[in-house]
Amino acid sequence: MDKFKSISCVAAPLMRANVDTDLIIPMQRYLLVDRKDMHEFAFETLRFLEDGSDNPEFVLNKPAYEGAQILISGNNFGCGSSRESAVWALNGLGLKCIIAPSFGNIFYNNCFQNGMLPIVLDQKIVEKLAEISENSGNNAPFSIDLEAQTVTAPNGEAYSFEIEPQRRHQLLEGLDDIGVTLTKVAEIKSFRKVDEKNRPWIYN
Amino acid sequence: MPKKQTTLFDKVWNEHVISDLGVGFSLLHVDRNFIHDLSGSRALGALSEQGRRVMHPDLTFACPDHTVSTAADATHTGPRYEKCVDPLRQFAGDQRITFFDIGTHGFGIIHVIGPELGLTVPGALIVCGDSHTSTHGGLGALAWGIGASEVAHVLATGTVIQKRPKRMRVTFDGAMQQGVTAKDMILFLIGQEGVAAGSGYAVEYAGPAVRALSIEERMTLCNLSIEMGAKVGMVAPDEKTMDYVKGREFAPKGAKWDLAVAHWKGLQSDADSTFDEERFVNVEDVRPQFTWGTSPEHVMAIDELIPDPSEQSDLEKRNGYAAALEYTGLKAGQSLQGQKIDQVFIGSCTNSRLSDLQEAAGIIQGQKVASHVDAWVVPGSHDIKVAAEAEGLDVIFKKAGFDWRNPGCSLCVGSNGELVPEGGRCVSTSNRNFVGRQGKNSRTHLASPISAAASAIRGEITDVRKMMKE
Ligand code: SF4
Repeated sequence: MDKFKSISCVAAPLMRANVDTDLIIPMQRYLLVDRKDMHEFAFETLRFLEDGSDNPEFVLNKPAYEGAQILISGNNFGCGSSRESAVWALNGLGLKCIIAPSFGNIFYNNCFQNGMLPIVLDQKIVEKLAEISENSGNNAPFSIDLEAQTVTAPNGEAYSFEIEPQRRHQLLEGLDDIGVTLTKVAEIKSFRKVDEKNRPWIYN
Repeated sequence: MPKKQTTLFDKVWNEHVISDLGVGFSLLHVDRNFIHDLSGSRALGALSEQGRRVMHPDLTFACPDHTVSTAADATHTGPRYEKCVDPLRQFAGDQRITFFDIGTHGFGIIHVIGPELGLTVPGALIVCGDSHTSTHGGLGALAWGIGASEVAHVLATGTVIQKRPKRMRVTFDGAMQQGVTAKDMILFLIGQEGVAAGSGYAVEYAGPAVRALSIEERMTLCNLSIEMGAKVGMVAPDEKTMDYVKGREFAPKGAKWDLAVAHWKGLQSDADSTFDEERFVNVEDVRPQFTWGTSPEHVMAIDELIPDPSEQSDLEKRNGYAAALEYTGLKAGQSLQGQKIDQVFIGSCTNSRLSDLQEAAGIIQGQKVASHVDAWVVPGSHDIKVAAEAEGLDVIFKKAGFDWRNPGCSLCVGSNGELVPEGGRCVSTSNRNFVGRQGKNSRTHLASPISAAASAIRGEITDVRKMMKE
């Protein structure tokens, strides 16, 4: 997993609430497509027209947002299924950070297993950032600094965000959870030993 | 000293903490790791690639429910099986994981078979790579859905990392009216609270109206917790729960059973425990519910009129409502009753248990499905199918013109290729009415099994209470 320290790039506004995992990656695609190809079908219904060509209206297809690694969106982003492929698909599009007023729980967790930074900011601030992004013309860069926990808009205004220290550390170090937990095998084994005495009905 | 936390949730959570990771996160022991053909085979594949073993194969149970065909004449071959089912079977064998195979005893939707086989017990910590894992909370288990990386984590370590959620209690009071089911109770709540209200909370469902529910109905209630944003939904175990679990195949026996019951009796929120949020619902206010839009919160009572987007003060809501109506092809101010439908689906981990099928069959007795409707019944498990056939439910359904199918997730999500025809309107007993969930441009109306059965007969969205009076 890549380490996440800071990024500086355009931020694409996709201002709608409840962008669910089915919208991000339809189930029919998830099934038969390999993880590394998942992004080809990300936002499929929004990104392409009926004939399969790019929909020029979709934000990530607009030249002004080429190379965007940041997506700005509405409430409850990533709600819906537990499908982690939603994060893979977004990763594959080059996205590294989603800014929204709130996230679907499972999606939020999945982000950290894949080096993706979900940033929660107040709805008013998110709306303002989207507006700035829309009005600031081509390739106006936003900066995200994970160490300092700030989002800086092209006009220089900075907003700080909260993130649990543990999560922050993992992203900064590029560690997924298995690696961290396997350092505690002895503790896990001794827990089970005691638990088999306390709750024998769990073990057969 | 901070006050001791004594809710049902806290008691179960605390028993599973292996270590405190700080800032609210804990490393928790997993009692039951259910894996299936979507996230499970992928995660096991990744694990094998890394040369890792499953830490607790004895606590891991696999069943391919998502991608299997439910057609009577299915050969169970082809790309989906090669990609999802066959690898799961093989990895399960390699890693000594119990595998419930297609067409055999024990097979079915994982959230249906867990309780049915006695694998799900009160106070157990259960995870699965499917967001409706909350279903198991109906028996007082602490259960939630996890992502594919987390599935791999649980396989490799026997543990899950989770931030301790806050606690919410929803108290249901009063007595339910005729034609109203547990499905209507929970859809009503989601309609009141919205799809994000439970985000960050473990929800306990309590009150006399919940006590009055059967265990299967409590599972329906907990199943839809995730549609209110809550990963966890729980009902404290009681006598009914013990009776339900007792004697099931994997349930504890003998001395272990006695110990278990003594322990489970203590799994209740103490009278003085406090919750971060409380909600109250009088179930006398609940009428049969149907969704009209593309989110479970887009729900109304069957005798209400479709809401007007322009009357919503919140901009996001207004836009969301308008987009949903455009998608479902409905108009503000219309009644849902009488909307012509193309398909009916009775199934899914929400409503595919024996009692659901019995209730639906009770509505259709002697009547025929409207000729333009393709109506399906997909039992939740092999054993439910067998039990239903033993009491002749299959004959009732088939005589009425229903397609009586084999168990699986089927039309709930269409990952087995079974879909609503493009643009079709479907009354479904499942849990999600998202855009395209049941197939391209499919329009899903979530409802209870009896509402779905009534709608199949009439060929249109129907108030089941009218058929009950006839
Ligand atoms: S029936 Fe639907 S919600 Fe339930 S496990 Fe299967 S796909 Fe998931």
